[in-house]
Amino acid sequence: MNQLPVIIKQAQRLTSDSDSLVQNLKDLLINNTTVTVNEVNPIIGELTIFLLACFVGYYVIWKVTPALHTPLMSITNAISSIIIIGSMIAASSINFNLSNILGYIAVFFASVNIFGGFVVTQRMLSMFKKK
Amino acid sequence: MSLDLIQLSYLVSAICFIFALKGLSSPKEARIGNFIGIFGMIVALAVTMQLPNFAHKTSILITAIGGGIIGIFIARKIAMTAMPQLVAGFHSFVGLAAVLASYSALIAPENFGIVTDEGLKFSALIEMSLGAAIGGITFSGSSIAWAKLQGVMKSNSLKFAGQHYFCLVLGIVLVTLTIFFVREQSFLLFNLVVILSLLLGVLLIMPIGGADMPVIVSMLNSYSGWAAAGIGFTIHNNLLIITGALVGSSGAILSYVMCKAMHRSLFNVIFGAFAAVNSDINNSISKTEKIAKISSPEDAAHMLKNSSSVILVPGYGMAVAQSQHAIREMTSILEAEGINVRFAIHPVAGRMPGHMNVLLAESNIDYDKVLELEEINHDFAKTDIALVIGANDVTNPAAKNDPHSPIYGMPILDVEHARHVLFIKRSMAAGYAGIENELFYRDNTLMLFGDAKKVIEEIIKFLNEN
Repeated sequence: MNQLPVIIKQAQRLTSDSDSLVQNLKDLLINNTTVTVNEVNPIIGELTIFLLACFVGYYVIWKVTPALHTPLMSITNAISSIIIIGSMIAASSINFNLSNILGYIAVFFASVNIFGGFVVTQRMLSMFKKK
Repeated sequence: MSLDLIQLSYLVSAICFIFALKGLSSPKEARIGNFIGIFGMIVALAVTMQLPNFAHKTSILITAIGGGIIGIFIARKIAMTAMPQLVAGFHSFVGLAAVLASYSALIAPENFGIVTDEGLKFSALIEMSLGAAIGGITFSGSSIAWAKLQGVMKSNSLKFAGQHYFCLVLGIVLVTLTIFFVREQSFLLFNLVVILSLLLGVLLIMPIGGADMPVIVSMLNSYSGWAAAGIGFTIHNNLLIITGALVGSSGAILSYVMCKAMHRSLFNVIFGAFAAVNSDINNSISKTEKIAKISSPEDAAHMLKNSSSVILVPGYGMAVAQSQHAIREMTSILEAEGINVRFAIHPVAGRMPGHMNVLLAESNIDYDKVLELEEINHDFAKTDIALVIGANDVTNPAAKNDPHSPIYGMPILDVEHARHVLFIKRSMAAGYAGIENELFYRDNTLMLFGDAKKVIEEIIKFLNEN
């Protein structure tokens, strides 16, 4: 029976400990949210990617031989139709509405472009042969 | 499939696209490059379908395959001479897809994760309207370019006084509306932005035609890239951003190359439609009594046969007359005689960058014999005959000698240095720039009038006779 005060004391400590734990967790949560608020806007990262890709494009395109400028246009045509990803996401949402329909139309036209662009590029390139 | 894996796959696609473009540095690598590009596209499409919450898979796939079949059909049937209008038509589809995608994002932003508690994100609204506006200009502008190249629409139609100022005002209104749209988030304002950008695309491209077409086609190529990048920013997709940037810079570089080849600024090409009107006046003054020497296919055949080196200079006239196969035949006959036959290509010959190269490649001419301006220009002095087929302005010495000429400063092919110059032309009419070519009246110049294909077939006939 003389152990009872010890148990009570320990239980009290446990309660206060858990209270402080809750408090700490709360602080952590608040800190975390402040971190998210302070986090860099994703557009900065995207802008970085965009500008670096512009530089890559600049150096790669200057290397293209002028004789292949027409195939260059048709292949860039095909790959810029990667915009189809946006249309596919629009078309894919479960609750069907106008957004889906527009998505479907865009998927159709973009895929005309993708397939057509790559095939016509291939057709042209196969003509450039050394005799 | 986890989102991380999907993003990584997009990176793979992006790198494939870079290699596809890099491959175009030589014809041999280009074919492999194209396949790498196709692989990148397949990866991108396949992983997109693995996104969580991606419903209606079958119907989307069927739609894509349906479009694909039509695309393949067009790509296989199209004549090589019709390549400029095909490219222009395809650009318009990218623009259309961009407009539709931005509408989808506005109607159902929750699908793209761009919605916050207070409605759409501020940045998303800007990117959305940017994507829609560039897409709109690309769509309508490319449609007009297609109609002109296809011949459905007259080259110089719809010009009115103050058009450029009107376009400027329209552009300012467009920017203002965009700002209001971002603040108000109103559907009506978004519609207005799209309508105005469509109108702007039409008005910008309408007054431009003829030899300025290569610049316009490249410029629209660039726009289609920027439109894709705009949508990439809207829906936070790095692959779209990277690809858009690649295509955008590609088109921009091509426009720059074309403008440099004409010694004009991009601004001048787009807004310089009035200059053409003024040059007509200069024309009538300079017209003195000069006589050009007219030759016949028989004489031409005789001259060609007795030469040891020939440089052919093809222009848009070759494409119009579909004469590349006849040219190939004539080249073979001359080469069998031991004559050195080569081709000189001016950067702006034809209606799109590289137009002539593709046509000559189609008719089976070795690409090693097809040379660019800088590569071959010095060789004209050592050449017996320069045979110009349906080209004019790109050979006009006025570009070097006459500071008042509208084409002054434009790099030209020095055909005048060849011992003899033969021009195959439909008539004595001036070239696109509306200026006369003094070369026609030189002592060492002979003119052959007629359709390029028919004239060359006649020459072949006489070559075979002797």
